[in-house]
Amino acid sequence: MRAMSTSNTSLAGLAFARRSMPPLRWVLVGLVTLCAVVALVSPGRAQTTPRTGGVLRMTAPYGSTLTSLDIHTTPRAQDGIVAKVLHRSLYAWDSAKNVPVLELAKSVSVSTDGLVHTFKLRDDAYFHNGRKMTADDLIWTYTRLMDGTKGFPGARFVRLIKGAVDVEKGQAKEIAGLRKIDDLTLEMTITDKVNPGFYFIDDVTAILPREVVESGEMLTKPVGLGPFKFVEHVPGSRLVATRWEKFYKPGKPYLDKVVVLIMGEAAARDAAFRSKEIDLSILGPAQYVAYQADPALKDGIIDVAEFFTRTMGMNPAFKPFADKRVRQAINHAIDADLIIKRLVKDKAVRASAWLPAGLDGFDAAMKPYAFDPEKAKKLLADAGFPNGFEFEWTTSQNESWGLPIVEAVIPMLAKVGITLKPKLIEAAVLSETITKGDFQAYIWSNSSGPDPVASLKRFHSATPHTAGNYVDFKNPAYDKLVDEAAAATDAAVRTEKLRAANAILYDEAPVWFFNYNKAVMAYQPWVKGLQRNATELTHQYPEDLWVEATSPAQ
Amino acid sequence: MLRLILARLLAMIPTIAGVALIIFVLFSVIPGSFASALMDDGRGAMDPEVAARMRAALGLDDPLIVRFGRYMRQLMTGDLGTSFRTGEPVARLVGQRIGASLELALAAMGFAMLIGIPLGFYAALRPGSLVDTLAMIGAVSGLSLPKFWLGLMLMYLFAVHLQWLPSFGYGGWRHLVLPALALGVSPLALLARTTRASVLDVINADFVRTARSKGMSETRVVTWHVARNALLLVLTTVGLQFGALMGQAVVVEKLFSWPGLGNLLVESVFQRDIPAVQGSILVLVLFFLVINMLVDIAYVLIDPRIAVQAS
Repeated sequence: MRAMSTSNTSLAGLAFARRSMPPLRWVLVGLVTLCAVVALVSPGRAQTTPRTGGVLRMTAPYGSTLTSLDIHTTPRAQDGIVAKVLHRSLYAWDSAKNVPVLELAKSVSVSTDGLVHTFKLRDDAYFHNGRKMTADDLIWTYTRLMDGTKGFPGARFVRLIKGAVDVEKGQAKEIAGLRKIDDLTLEMTITDKVNPGFYFIDDVTAILPREVVESGEMLTKPVGLGPFKFVEHVPGSRLVATRWEKFYKPGKPYLDKVVVLIMGEAAARDAAFRSKEIDLSILGPAQYVAYQADPALKDGIIDVAEFFTRTMGMNPAFKPFADKRVRQAINHAIDADLIIKRLVKDKAVRASAWLPAGLDGFDAAMKPYAFDPEKAKKLLADAGFPNGFEFEWTTSQNESWGLPIVEAVIPMLAKVGITLKPKLIEAAVLSETITKGDFQAYIWSNSSGPDPVASLKRFHSATPHTAGNYVDFKNPAYDKLVDEAAAATDAAVRTEKLRAANAILYDEAPVWFFNYNKAVMAYQPWVKGLQRNATELTHQYPEDLWVEATSPAQ
Repeated sequence: MLRLILARLLAMIPTIAGVALIIFVLFSVIPGSFASALMDDGRGAMDPEVAARMRAALGLDDPLIVRFGRYMRQLMTGDLGTSFRTGEPVARLVGQRIGASLELALAAMGFAMLIGIPLGFYAALRPGSLVDTLAMIGAVSGLSLPKFWLGLMLMYLFAVHLQWLPSFGYGGWRHLVLPALALGVSPLALLARTTRASVLDVINADFVRTARSKGMSETRVVTWHVARNALLLVLTTVGLQFGALMGQAVVVEKLFSWPGLGNLLVESVFQRDIPAVQGSILVLVLFFLVINMLVDIAYVLIDPRIAVQAS
């Protein structure tokens, strides 16, 4: 009642005011209107619904050029940025759920044995030359990738399809496991019971139009199924693409244009970002610290723990590393947390074992090896190396997983009696050296996802050294668990097997588990719709990105 | 004159052949390959079968002598080969970049000449003066400034703070200013020092003293006798520097995302795109040789005695 009475009094007062002070009313109305107008046009106003139009200026930060505009020929992360703009594969990555999802098909049915997948393809997917995508395009693309006279990186994924290897060896012209039911239905028979989403998601398996590839135009004017169509490429400088009006996702893309600026120098990206000439910039450790400390920039940072595990691989052919206790001792002797904090500037997540967070099989309860030099000494003594030993550590210059890290480890290992000699080589040579097995130890960052089974298969004894088992890991119990995880139909069982396999890796310590990469990207306040893509943060699906009207880009 | 040009052109042939041989041997023995470079970001192990097929498809399995023979045959027909990386003819890749490189080199050299030569001249005419001292301190500083650092400072000053110019990119004169300044400071400093030294050398020569004693005005002495004779050394410096600028531009091109030949060369080395490396270097060498030939021709035009000596 009291409230009512107060209200009545107020209403009465307002009525009085209306009658006795008309100019005040107009002042109030004017103020309200002014506030509304200011709110509408204010540059700082944050929109919540996607805005159509505008230009996004992305960066390709991993070099001074693109490798090739024919995406089938390059597996590099740098080219993947452009691939997401121009192309599409059968599957795409759902960053929110961390799973592959159908992209060019509306549905898929799977046979009871899990080997035959029948895809109902989209009936609204058009190449940028205006032609509708059909099952023939998928068949032609996968057959092209298996051309045995070429070295298409995507062959390792397509090899999953029954009969693909025959094409690769020149024993067949068509992949037996691919059958066109009709223009929009494709039957795919695979050789292993796995989720093909992890295989046909990669950019190197993007669906391309045969006529453009065969004309040679793909190298200069690429045509794809992506949300943007190619406009121009200034080699070493930029690639420009404009909205593809026939893109199959209604209302998308939001942007009118995407410009991919090729900027290999971190310092140059920093200057360009601060002068608002670029909208997105990947950050290194030093910049991460600087941006966090800058009030104008700290709110425009997005990060994600990527599926990359940084490790020091130990060659078991080198006598000390053949002993598990020595490998464990190394894991105990290095203060990885300190290195991550001081050198990597917290732009990494401490690795407990091989599988990174976000993947099935990752055990959050698993604690990384504790920094314990005394325990390390005891393990070394037990292994017959009470006075330590000397080894050579092959490394590149990389700031996050290269020479600076190795140099930081030298005194740590020295304290337990191990003498470390860094061997510096070029990044392009590192992979070759490791593949040849020409090392005692190496440090590298390797993809450890998105498929946890494939990730753990790297250490399966059946995986050749050259195919990723660089430390020649052999453990029958481990092999059995990985095989069981691959065959499991029950998700819980699969998770359990994966965890158990990952735990064996932890115990066997074939590598020094250093960290999982934390990718960090700075973005301008007007950029919206960014995805925390754990497979590679720079690989944004640009159809989901949009910019507010405050963006200065024209 | 025609004989001189012909002689210079013929001399280029063994030089280019020698360079081609050196590059070929060098890049055949260094470790790393195109397939291994594709894996440098650790995104996935290259399937060994794929890597083997890639090597075979690129002809890398053939013996060195066979590859060299094939390469030289291609070169003789003007074919620079096919890029491992893009699958395009190297000539096309180089053609896409040479214009931007020339543009940058011309702008940088233009800036260097415009400031460096008059500055050196002025300093030489007033030796020991404040201008001379400052100019020479500036020249030494300019020569010792790392291009990368200078480029960054220019970026932060003119793009970030003042926001007068774009910090990077290609297209239009505004994009050209900062990389040209970053690249041009070093030749500017060198030209200022060379011009000063050359003018000082000439200004004390007997024929200048004679000209003065004959009552010739100082302006005429300087423009007619001093400038013309000092020009030879300056011209040599300009020629050599201009040729070298194309190669030196690597750092600046990378920093400013400038799509030049240097940028192509560096990235091709990192990715072990051997045909692109060979093609880029050969074009840079050819460019250097042509510039030198033009300088030689200019010598003759400036000082006819050289033509007589040459003949």
